[in-house]
Amino acid sequence: MTTTPIACGYLPLIDSAPLIIAQELKFAAEEGLDLHLVKQPSWSALRDRLVFGHIDFAHMLSPMPIAMSLGLGGAFPKIDALMVLSVNGTVIGTSTDLAARMGQAGWVNSFDNPQETSAAVFATSSKPLRIGVPFPFSMHRMLLEYWLAQDPAFQPDRVDIITIAPPKMAEAVRSGMLDMFCVGEPWGSVAAQQNGAVLALPGASIWKFAPEKVLGARHDWVTQNPELCHAMMRVVYKAAKWLGQPDNMPLAVEILARSQHLDLPDHAIDPALSGNIQTSAGAALTKTRRFLTFHDSAANFPWRSQACWIADRIAAWHGLDQAYARAKARASFRSDLYRRALAPIGVDMPGASEKVEGSMTHQTAVASTKGEMILGPDTFFDGALFDIGSEKLVGN
Amino acid sequence: MQTELKILVVEPEPAKAREIIDALMDGGWSDVTVIGSAEALVTTLKKQDPDIVLIDLANPDRDTLEHLSFVSNAKSRPVAMFVDHTDEAMTQAAISAGLSAYVVNGLQMDRIKPVLETAIARFRMFEKMQSELDAAKRALSDRKTIDRAKGLLMQARKISEDEAYNLLRKTAMGQGRKVIEVATALVTAADLLQ
Repeated sequence: MTTTPIACGYLPLIDSAPLIIAQELKFAAEEGLDLHLVKQPSWSALRDRLVFGHIDFAHMLSPMPIAMSLGLGGAFPKIDALMVLSVNGTVIGTSTDLAARMGQAGWVNSFDNPQETSAAVFATSSKPLRIGVPFPFSMHRMLLEYWLAQDPAFQPDRVDIITIAPPKMAEAVRSGMLDMFCVGEPWGSVAAQQNGAVLALPGASIWKFAPEKVLGARHDWVTQNPELCHAMMRVVYKAAKWLGQPDNMPLAVEILARSQHLDLPDHAIDPALSGNIQTSAGAALTKTRRFLTFHDSAANFPWRSQACWIADRIAAWHGLDQAYARAKARASFRSDLYRRALAPIGVDMPGASEKVEGSMTHQTAVASTKGEMILGPDTFFDGALFDIGSEKLVGN
Repeated sequence: MQTELKILVVEPEPAKAREIIDALMDGGWSDVTVIGSAEALVTTLKKQDPDIVLIDLANPDRDTLEHLSFVSNAKSRPVAMFVDHTDEAMTQAAISAGLSAYVVNGLQMDRIKPVLETAIARFRMFEKMQSELDAAKRALSDRKTIDRAKGLLMQARKISEDEAYNLLRKTAMGQGRKVIEVATALVTAADLLQ
């Protein structure tokens, strides 16, 4: 069988796992793709390589394709998010110093209480909080801001959000440059285990179903190469499905640890995949359900309502018209292509491509193309509903 | 040369940083600042308000710079160059040299171009030196490994050095591998058996 070479850029994070598994377990080869994974030093570099055509696909932060399609940061071509690679998987942490002050004020770290945590953060800090995120257009920054802004003590000048490369996050907290951070695994666990940081919340405690990474590609390239795109989406879908099976977890940890793509020891990989997080050095493990989801609850489906939620934050940051930003975002999240690529191999699809984000407090059965499928939970910590107001799916 | 451009270079490696400054100074630009890391970037950018920021394409601190260009309150926000392909030849030259640049919006291209050309030339020189250095280091370490493998064969099979090398080469050819791969395998196995 002849194979087609395909280059996919990624950053060496745990949530690049679907791409690594796609290659290592030969899901790509089965579809006739010779998948080359190309490690990138930064999100900016990954974005540039995608724009220049050095890579065909990219492991991207979910807001990146939308920000690029809106022309933020340069005159970029339109970028499509073909599918969601992972849901959640980030952690919010504080410096040793801040955590100690919060503790003195009576805060107990249960690793699942956003309200009490933000109250303690604001009660114990007088100076603006310096908070690290991995990129300006990241779900990390969106979740942090969404969370902190709900606190009664919040004022915009009380937080100062800075971008720091994930591998440098731990050192930046230790050196006192940062008071807090939100970062993807393994860098949260590394900060806690080696640099004295305290992990205070999983990203999932802010929004239970936040799309974290997506598979991105240039819109014009997608249009010109429909078969390759469909094949790549099938490959990633199969890899994500494999990763979503709990029985495969030990093997997944071993494959990722041995893979040259991540270059991380297995103790750095296990927490994200198992959801057993050590919130500080020496602490007992805290189990977080759905800490990082690769497949369950239709995790890979690129919901247009998720795209609109992201668009609203970007519009607010940059003073853009909300309707315009939403239109670009909806066009970028290709739920249409997802259906076209995956329905023929028997993948069940939700009845609509939009839902009321935040409406499902539990796993919920909803109408699907094959009858019924399980979605959710997808609630926000403050109980908000995000309803974009047209035809969409409501949990029943 | 028309100057008065404030140039900021982000480069953690002192030798490379010095080379770039020298090249820019020689070109007639006198207001050049170098910083090594992201920590300094935040404060320096606010204080200095540079017209151009030069940074290695592979530097992980690029994302920090990218963020600052969005949120800085400074009236002049540096934006990433090259990605919009305004100058295809320059873009390709910069990428192959490993250079990325951030330029304050509205700066005339003819003022920027000489700076970029100077930086590209210097980055390219470094790229070449680095790959030559890597190649030299690799060659040296390969030779040591092959010498050890030859020594092991000479001792075990009581053969001459030439015979030992020919044996390595024949084995490599037979297995479709490189001589260094076979030599490494032999040395590793010998170490394990000791």
